[in-house]
Amino acid sequence: MVYILVGAAGFLGASLRYSMGVFLFQESAVFPFATLTVNLLGSFLLAWLTTGLMVRFSLPAHLKTALGTGFVGSFTTFSTLSVETAALFLDGKTALAVLYIAASIFGGLWMSRLGFQVRKGEETG
Amino acid sequence: MSSFHVLLVGIGGFFGAISRLWVSQFISKRFVSGFPAATLIINLMGSLLLGIMVGSGIKGSLFMLLGTGFMGAFTTFSTFKLEAIQLQFDKRKKDFILYNILGYGGGILLAFLGIELGSLFR
Repeated sequence: MVYILVGAAGFLGASLRYSMGVFLFQESAVFPFATLTVNLLGSFLLAWLTTGLMVRFSLPAHLKTALGTGFVGSFTTFSTLSVETAALFLDGKTALAVLYIAASIFGGLWMSRLGFQVRKGEETG
Repeated sequence: MSSFHVLLVGIGGFFGAISRLWVSQFISKRFVSGFPAATLIINLMGSLLLGIMVGSGIKGSLFMLLGTGFMGAFTTFSTFKLEAIQLQFDKRKKDFILYNILGYGGGILLAFLGIELGSLFR
């Protein structure tokens, strides 16, 4: 049962990732803004969901897994990030590659941290 | 963007997410450690496999299904970050640095290797 739910949530997460990328950014863009945007957004969302929303509303365990692991997990991606970075290096665009990694490392951590902090704010507020 | 492509990415995502859950449970049961190895291994595997797909020149509908859909959803960034920030919160500085080096360094290296391997099948 949990597998079907996670799969259905993965369907939605992956198709939203793709649709957002196509709607918001040009495919021929020099810098992989689309992946970076969904990854940063998803990092915030997962931290906020797991510490905030899902704690406040005591959802059944398999729904939590579907939302976190299934939906947000599939909305964000790591393989595309790796391949895009390798491709930038191969194209000789070293500066862009380094910028992309740095934005992913520090931006992702920052967004994740922000997700936790929003939760703390909700608690005290 | 065609809605057919969105559907293909969704179908790939369905199986990618299920596979991630399955592999992650499989690894977590067998290798019990405080280190978040499951997500790391999944992301590294996915980086290599997506690299092979890109290198071998898979395009169009098949890439939407297997690349953007399946591999995109099989690997994950959000969980990777959540686990990293938890290591940081727990003040496990060495594990935190190791997790990031292995994740980013390994992922990019394997993607590069995958692209090279895949281009042999062109």
